[in-house]
Amino acid sequence: MKVLVAVKRVVDYNVKIRVKADQTGVDLSNVKMSMNPFDEIAVEEALRMKEAGTAEEIIAVSIGVQQCQETIRTALAMGADRGILVKTDDALEPLHVAKIMKAVVDEEQPGLVILGKQAIDDDCNQTGQMLAALLGWPQGTFASKIEFSDGKANVTREVDGGLQTLTLNLPMIVTTDLRLNEPRYASLPNIMKAKKKPIDEKTPEDLGIDTAPRLTTLKVAEPPKREAGVIVEDVADLVNKLRNEAGVI
Amino acid sequence: MSVLVIAEHDNAELKPATLAAVTAATAMGGDVDVLVVGSGCAAVGAAAANVAGVAKVLVADAPEYAYMLAEPVADLVVPLARNYAAVMAVANTVGKNFMPRVAALLDVSQISEISEIVGPDTFIRPIYAGNAMATVQSSDAIKVITIRPTGFEKAAAEGGSASVENLPAAGDPGLSSFVGEELSKSERPELTAAKIIISGGRGMQSGENFPIIEAVADQLGAAVGASRAAVDAGFVPNDYQVGQTGKVVAPELYIAVGISGAIQHLAGMKDSKVIVAINKDEEAPIFQVADYGLVADLFKAVPELEEELKKLPPA
Ligand SMILES: Cc1cc2nc3c(=O)[nH]c(=O)nc-3n(C[C@H](O)[C@H](O)[C@H](O)COP(=O)(O)OP(=O)(O)OC[C@H]3O[C@@H](n4cnc5c(N)ncnc54)[C@H](O)[C@@H]3O)c2cc1C
Ligand SMILES: Nc1ncnc2c1ncn2[C@@H]1O[C@H](COP(=O)(O)O)[C@@H](O)[C@H]1O
Repeated sequence: MKVLVAVKRVVDYNVKIRVKADQTGVDLSNVKMSMNPFDEIAVEEALRMKEAGTAEEIIAVSIGVQQCQETIRTALAMGADRGILVKTDDALEPLHVAKIMKAVVDEEQPGLVILGKQAIDDDCNQTGQMLAALLGWPQGTFASKIEFSDGKANVTREVDGGLQTLTLNLPMIVTTDLRLNEPRYASLPNIMKAKKKPIDEKTPEDLGIDTAPRLTTLKVAEPPKREAGVIVEDVADLVNKLRNEAGVI
Repeated sequence: MSVLVIAEHDNAELKPATLAAVTAATAMGGDVDVLVVGSGCAAVGAAAANVAGVAKVLVADAPEYAYMLAEPVADLVVPLARNYAAVMAVANTVGKNFMPRVAALLDVSQISEISEIVGPDTFIRPIYAGNAMATVQSSDAIKVITIRPTGFEKAAAEGGSASVENLPAAGDPGLSSFVGEELSKSERPELTAAKIIISGGRGMQSGENFPIIEAVADQLGAAVGASRAAVDAGFVPNDYQVGQTGKVVAPELYIAVGISGAIQHLAGMKDSKVIVAINKDEEAPIFQVADYGLVADLFKAVPELEEELKKLPPA
């Protein structure tokens, strides 16, 4: 089957972001950008499906500014076959991304779309579920295992109480959790090869998608700061302070 | 204007996080109704009717809702949501699963994991692992919201006298079915409801060493949590993970053992009232948020802690 993978360009997870002094947003100038870590897991899962003979073609889709091409290149260097960049400078909400992804799915007709469970910038955890809704497909969210048999898939999900396994009809949506796999690094030869792989470019307008905002960000502020406390002498001192100073035990 | 809160429960009991959602819904202004979706969940409906501030309880009790699969639950919630100004659920793995599906079917943007309500259309939510707090205003006709229970006081579980109405099920679209589950069994409190939590990280070295943490947990009546590194290494199951992409907790006391304090971990526990860190590296970032830091080898300090707690007279 054909597999579509959504790859978002986000601030690298190692970066400690700073809120702009005028509280209009987060300062993204000169900040290292990377593929959303959950999307690396999504790409890896698609690659393993291809290696196992379940997937024929892997298409990496990214939506956003021109530089999202770099994110697609990363996916191509890992082993994806081709890319689609839906280019826009507008700030998008997961609903818009899901609508754009749906338009791409309508064109490409994949049997599976894999997304990350959460983008580590907006922390929304919505897009995959929304895409599933718009397509009328089942959703296997927060997946830690996917197995295919008889035209269906068993998806094991990380839930609050432990693990839950569902059978889903195909086509379906999967969103990745951390334990699904460990993504590979792209090798140098594959990085070179990726430069020749095709990336198709379109815009939301080409796909007929309205990206008018539904949410307005009024302010972005620093969270309340926590002050460092004291270093205690030893365990007895700790227990004493927890009992007599903090009163929590 | 009224708000529909979708209850968190296990078909037997109403979970305390629902009480936080009722408080959040009340802050929006207007009536608060509670929807209980489940299978064999009549007792939950009755409990929800007792919650202070609830006007009406709707109960949809059918076998297809036993495991809260997103596809049938969304089909049930969407037509109901059209009668409300807002629908609200707790941002746990159930709410995070079906609510965005509801939002998309209503053609609205979901507002995820809000920690504060500014007004009926304006909310505060953490972004970038809680390193920034965004105030967002929604222009959608129906607000679809998930809440962080740690951000809201719990409504009183008693004192209400809401009416209870049974709803017909909306049917199962047949896209998905339940196969099985492996739930962690524990006599200890649930992580998100516990007053005290002790968590272990990579410094624990193996799952075999977690009993030293569990022994302290048992002295304190605490829940046991972990960092991602401890879960990835297989020391403990996935549902122990605290953090940006795991559980968000805010207990009275959080004890981090052998955890360095990466921003992704801090995102899940930095609103705890009192934080204790036990780490052998005095430079570990966890000490920057800890109220009490103990620089020590955990394999010595944690068993000592258990002994000291045993000696402690009752409070
Ligand atoms: C997309 C993404 C999502 C993530 N989500 C989460 C999340 O939800 N939750 C989370 O926790 N992490 C998350 N992480 C991972 C996070 O970045 C860190 O890698 C992780 O929190 C580190 O875990 P740790 O502190 O246990 O391990 P380490 O960083 O390796 O720290 C181990 C600590 O133990 C101390 N230690 C070792 N031996 C001893 C000893 N004998 N006595 C005392 N101290 C000792 C060391 O000094 C060190 O400070 C996420 C990462 C990514 C990329
Ligand atoms: N602009 C985007 N481009 C490509 N994929 C995206 C984009 N936004 C979100 N996604 C996908 O949706 C997932 C969840 O994002 P979110 O719902 O924003 O937390 C991400 O891990 C990506 O797989």
